[in-house]
Amino acid sequence: MVTVEFLGPIQKAPLSINAVSLRDVAEVLKQDHEMAEWIDNCAVAVNDTLVASLDTPLKSGDKISLLPPVCGG
Amino acid sequence: MLELYNGALNVPEIITRWYAQESDTNYGAYIPFVGTVRDEDGIEGLSFDVYEPILTSWFEAWVAKAEPLGAKLKMAHSRGDVLVHESSYIAAVFSPKRRVALETIEAFVEDFKASAPIWKYDLKNGDRLYARERSTPISGAGLLGGIA
Repeated sequence: MVTVEFLGPIQKAPLSINAVSLRDVAEVLKQDHEMAEWIDNCAVAVNDTLVASLDTPLKSGDKISLLPPVCGG
Repeated sequence: MLELYNGALNVPEIITRWYAQESDTNYGAYIPFVGTVRDEDGIEGLSFDVYEPILTSWFEAWVAKAEPLGAKLKMAHSRGDVLVHESSYIAAVFSPKRRVALETIEAFVEDFKASAPIWKYDLKNGDRLYARERSTPISGAGLLGGIA
C-alpha cells in the first residue's frame, strides 16, 4: 500500500492504494471526479522528491504527494 | 538559512539580524527583497500554506548553487494569515561584490515564485479563497494526467 496526499488547496483526505508505479496511481485518480480539476496541473513527489516519470517504481509505505499550482511570496 | 513564521514577518528584526550575522564575513553586498501584502481587490490580507519538506530541499539546492559563486542566501516566509501592509516574504543574498548578488536575487526570487511549494489564498469577506489565477504549475506538472 502507498499513501497519496493532496497538498494546499486540494480539499481531499489522503488515500491508501495498491500501486507499484505512478501509472497505477494515475489510473486510480483518473476515475476520481474530485480530482478532475487538479490532475492536469499538479506536480508529483514521491517521498518528498519531485518526479518526472509515470514509470517511477513504488514500494509499500511510499508517500505520494500532489502539489497544485503554487504562489509564494 | 530558511525561517518559517506563523503570521506576518517582523521585517526590521529579521533583516537587522541577518545583517549582523554577516557583518564580519567580508561580504560587500547585501540585498534583501521584502514582499508586502498590497491593498487591492478588497482583500483583508493573504494566507499561506507551506509544504516544508520540499520547500527545504528546494532552498538547500539553491544554497548549493549559490555557494560556488561566493553567494549566501537567506529566506523567511509566513504561514497562515498576513494582513494588508504586513510582509510575508524576505529573500536575501550576500556576496563579495554586487553583480553576483544582483543576478542571484533575481534568479532566486523568480524560481521561488515558480517552484516553491507554497499556496496563497485571498482573505476576503471572511473567506479564504485559493488564488488560482495567480498560481503557477510547478515544472513537470500534469504527469498523472498523461495516461491514455
